[in-house]
Parts: sequence; C-alpha cells; structure tokens
Amino acid sequence: MPIAIGLEGSANKLGVGIILHPPTRDLTPPSPHDSAYSDDERSSQPSKGTPRSPPVQILANLRHTFNSPPGTGFLPKDTAAHHRRWVVRLVKQAMAQAHVQLEDIDCICFTRGPGMGGPLSSVAIAARTLSQLWDKPLVGVNHCVGHVEMGRAITGAENPVVLYVSGGNTQVIAYSAQRYRIFGEALDVAVGNCLDRFARVLNIPNDPAPGYNIEQLAKKGGIMLELPYAVKGMDVSFSGILARVEEMAAKMQQAETKNEPWLDVATQQPITPAELCFTLQETVFAMLVEITERAMAHVGANQVLIVGGVGCNERLQEMMGIMASERGGSVFATDERFCIDNGIMIAHAGLLAYKQGFSTALSDSGVTQRFRTDEVLINWRD
Amino acid sequence: MTQLNPHLPPPFDTSSAEFTLIAQGAESLLYRTTFLHPNTSAALKVRPEKKWRHQTLDKRLTRQRILAEARVLVKLSGEGIASGGGGKKVKDPKLGVQGVGALRGRVPAVWGLDWEKGWLVMEWIEGRTVKQAIYDRDAGDEMGLRALLGEVGRVVALLHGAGVVHGDLTSSNLMLRPLKPETGQEGEEKGVAKPGRLSGEVVLIDFGLATQSVSDEDRAVDLYVLERAFGSTHPKEEALFAEVLAAYGETLGKSGKVVLRRLEDVRMRGRKKSMLG
Repeated sequence: MPIAIGLEGSANKLGVGIILHPPTRDLTPPSPHDSAYSDDERSSQPSKGTPRSPPVQILANLRHTFNSPPGTGFLPKDTAAHHRRWVVRLVKQAMAQAHVQLEDIDCICFTRGPGMGGPLSSVAIAARTLSQLWDKPLVGVNHCVGHVEMGRAITGAENPVVLYVSGGNTQVIAYSAQRYRIFGEALDVAVGNCLDRFARVLNIPNDPAPGYNIEQLAKKGGIMLELPYAVKGMDVSFSGILARVEEMAAKMQQAETKNEPWLDVATQQPITPAELCFTLQETVFAMLVEITERAMAHVGANQVLIVGGVGCNERLQEMMGIMASERGGSVFATDERFCIDNGIMIAHAGLLAYKQGFSTALSDSGVTQRFRTDEVLINWRD
Repeated sequence: MTQLNPHLPPPFDTSSAEFTLIAQGAESLLYRTTFLHPNTSAALKVRPEKKWRHQTLDKRLTRQRILAEARVLVKLSGEGIASGGGGKKVKDPKLGVQGVGALRGRVPAVWGLDWEKGWLVMEWIEGRTVKQAIYDRDAGDEMGLRALLGEVGRVVALLHGAGVVHGDLTSSNLMLRPLKPETGQEGEEKGVAKPGRLSGEVVLIDFGLATQSVSDEDRAVDLYVLERAFGSTHPKEEALFAEVLAAYGETLGKSGKVVLRRLEDVRMRGRKKSMLG
C-alpha cells in the first residue's frame, strides 16, 4: 500500500506528515444487473464515470512553528535555523507515531516552492538526505497544489473553486484540463501578509498566529471605518489598504498618548485596536469573497473550498458560506490541522504524483521561490 | 400598492410592467422591461444587496459602481442627465470635453438610477450579441464577418479615444443592432435581419467594469481581454481577429499604433506574474 512521508517548510512552520493511500477501488464499471448499483445511485455521483477516491489515512501529522516576538516578523535565516534544528526530531517522532517501517515508505515528498528560499532549502536538504539514507525516490511538490489536494481529500469537495489564502499566497483557483488555473490573485502582498504586518503594527503576539489574534480582537469590534477597496476584475491588491490602516493605527496611538481618544464620527465611540482589526477583516474578506464569487459565476461552479492559513478564520468562512448559499452552493473548509501549512498535504500531493510515475531526480531537486500553481501537470484528475 | 415583483427594488416592485430576467452575473441581474411607455423597451440592471458584506461597505460599493457605470455611459452618449440643459459641464481646460458624445448611439443611454436601492435603467439595445451573430452566420460569408470585425475594432477605438476602457470586452458584450428601417419606429421588429446576415451596427454594452483611462497599458489590456475571449469563444474564427486590430489601429491613428505595440508586450506577459514569497 502506497505510503509517503512529506516535509514542508516553505515559511515559518515545519511540518512532517505520513500518509497512506488505500488501494483504489475496482475501476471497471458495475454490471447493470448488479443490484448493489442502482441507476439512481450512479446518477447522483457528482462526477461522471470517475469513482470517488477512497479516503486517505493520516498516519502522522506533526508541526512545529517558529514564532518571533510581538512586533517582528520571521526572518528567513532564523526560520531556516529553526527548521534545521527541529527536522530530525520531527521525522523520528512522525515515524514512531505512524508505526511504519522504513521499507513501508514509497517516497519522500518535499516542498519545492513557492516560499522563502532559506527555509525551503533547509527542508529540501533534509529530504535529500533521507532519500539517500533510506534509498527512496524524491518527489518535489508545489506547495499550493498540496493545499488544494489536501483540502479536497479532507472535505470531499469534488470540483470546487478554491480560494487559497495564506501569509504568502492569495489565489482563486479552478481546475481545468489537468491544471489548477489561477483565475484571480493578489497583485502585491498576500492577504495573510497584510494581516500579519498589521498585527506587528499593533504589537499583537505572533503566538499561536498573528491572524488568529486579529480575529479574536475583531470579534470585539463593530465600527466599520472606511478603507480602500481594491478589486480589479478577479484580482485584488492589499498594499494600499495596509498603508491606510497603518495610518489609522498611528492616529489612534497618537490620540491615546495625548489622552484624547479618537472618536468615531457616527457613533461617538472611541476607535480601539479591536475596531481597526474589525474594519480590516471586513474589508479584505469582502474582497476575497467577491473575487471568489466572480470566479464561480465565470466557471459555473457552486462549491467553494477555502485552504491556507487565513482559511481558518471563522468570519471568512461565514461570509463565504452566505455567498455560496445565495448561489445555491456550499462552502468547504478544514480546521487548522490542514488549513495551516503541514507535512501531510505535501505527502498527499506527492503521493498522487508518484502513483502516476512522477519522481524528482536528485540533480533536479533544487528549490524555487517562484513556482506557479498552474505549472504542475495534474494528471491524476481528468 | 401591491407588490407585484417583490424580488425587485422599489419602484419596480409595484410596477405592472413585465420583467424578464436576461442574465445573472456575480454582481448584478439584468431584466428586460419597459420604461414610461409600454412600447419603450428598457434594460434594468439590479445590484442586489450582498448579505455577506458589511452593510456600510456594501452600500458604499453599490453606490460607487452604479455611479461609475452611469457616468461613463452618460459621457459616451453625450446626452441624458448630467450634460443636458443648463447644467454645467465639468471641463478639463486641457482636454476640453474630450470624449463627450463620442459614442452617441453606440452605447445604451442612461434613463434613470437609484444608488440607494441599487438599480440602473438603460436603453434596450435591439438585436443579437456579436457572439450569437457569429454562431448563426452563413458559413461562406467571410466578407461579412471581416466587415463586422472591422466594425468592432472601430467602435473599440472610438471608446478608447473617448478616454474610457471597457474592462470586460467579449463578443457577448458587443451587440449587433440591425439598421433601422427608414420609418424607424421603435419597438417594431421590422429591422431584424435574417439570422445568417451580419449587417448592422455594433453597440457596446455592460460597462460594469469600465474605467476612465487613457493609458496605453490599460487600452492594450482591454484589447488583450477581447482577443483572449474571442479566441476561446470563436476558435475557428480566431485568425480573423487581426481585422479587429487593423481597424483599431487605423481609427485611433498614431496612438493606436502605440497601443498595438503595447499589446505585444501584454501578450508575452499574459496573466503571468512571477510569484514571490
């Protein structure tokens, strides 16, 4: 039975996961005389002629996060050092937890990109070392494809429009002709980066995640201030919004030091960090839902899948849920085990490719910071 | 009054006119209806409230977008609310009233709007979409098709020359309106050409994503969007797209040539942006 180990370290999370793909069911179409398959059942299958892939088994999914102090971001050098320090321990722990032997493992999957160069290459070195040590083939994986495939596997969404939102990426993706095509994306900073950097301005802790802490603060807010709104077709831009909300934070902090709180014009309530977080979230999430809706109308889909670290945000999931239900569809999201960067998604996407005969030669196993989602041939879907 | 159309914003909810849903996009619903007189066909574009968006933000965006679309249309048609009668025209001393009325009769006229309730009423454009006309055309009529594509290029050039980029040019956002018969009575079906014929005048519709811009880059992207949409909608006719560009360059003159050169860069770049971090 195919088993893969996956190593992820494109940003500040180091993840190691071990996955098992149960053998695919018999692909021959059922006999019309077979009572186990009524016509109704077959016609209710979402996709034509393709059997639903059997559920994958997660044998281990471990993660260790590098958190920098409040007010700072994670630097590539320190993050790479963190990954180097933890990778051996995490691999050992994952192997023990999964109860697998070396001979059970079919391939070593690792993130080739996109991501930060230093952290990517430190994890790639670990993957190459394991490949040489254990004499197993290497499989280089596109990080974005990992997110999409894991989201599909966990939620069972067949052919959704995917919103991939994280600290480094903002993309609206739909599958077409063996590629995950990017319909819309952020033209400058990613949405997660925008939130993270605003957390730094407010000195919000980075533990467990800056975005999580913004979400908790935003729950206490309710005043909607005016920020720019930058949707261009199916693309979005966040840098101007970040600049504006940073100005607002400076104004608020200045008012605080002078002991004359900045009051909202309409409600005469003081503007607090909670209000700024609320305004920022409402604005950027509205942009994300809007471009997702546009992509859904464009391709005629009614399922949405949200993946990536920002996808854990319950307000984003709620907004997307309302939008999808207005269109007669539904939203799929996963919890933080699979939303946030993890090793299991790399193992999963890697194993899908490996089963199609793909592997990465040692000489081609260099990492790349720029690796577009639509460069990967998705030959395991039809 | 009884609510005859509870799904429509006021005053249309109590109107006894007929409303036929023509298209439903991500942003808006388009109805065919009548305006003031039962023989005057009109297009009603409704931007329904988005419940997922914060109400304050939703109101702001609806207002901005309805006004932007209406302003562009009013400017291009050079008639209607803003520039009529004794109202002062906003005049840029350098440009004059550049572009005002440049596409009179080639874009729908604006008849009314309410940004609070989220609707815009426009003139109804008779005829078929260029997309449908190309699908229905007589297979041997290459001359007619070439002429039509040249007409498309000229209209887009006029639009760009007026300082507006459409933002969503496709063959479904271009209408082919049959030439009016001499008597020219509106609402009558006399002028409808035979399905295979490609004669008529090209009218631009759906300015929901239009912006006022004169930059070569924006114009080139506008053309690129049309080229891509045309190629995927009419793969067999793709080679003839050159007619559009030729007519465009001719009509816009010197600046047209610059845009066409820019288009080559845009094609090379495609939508691809190298991903950082």
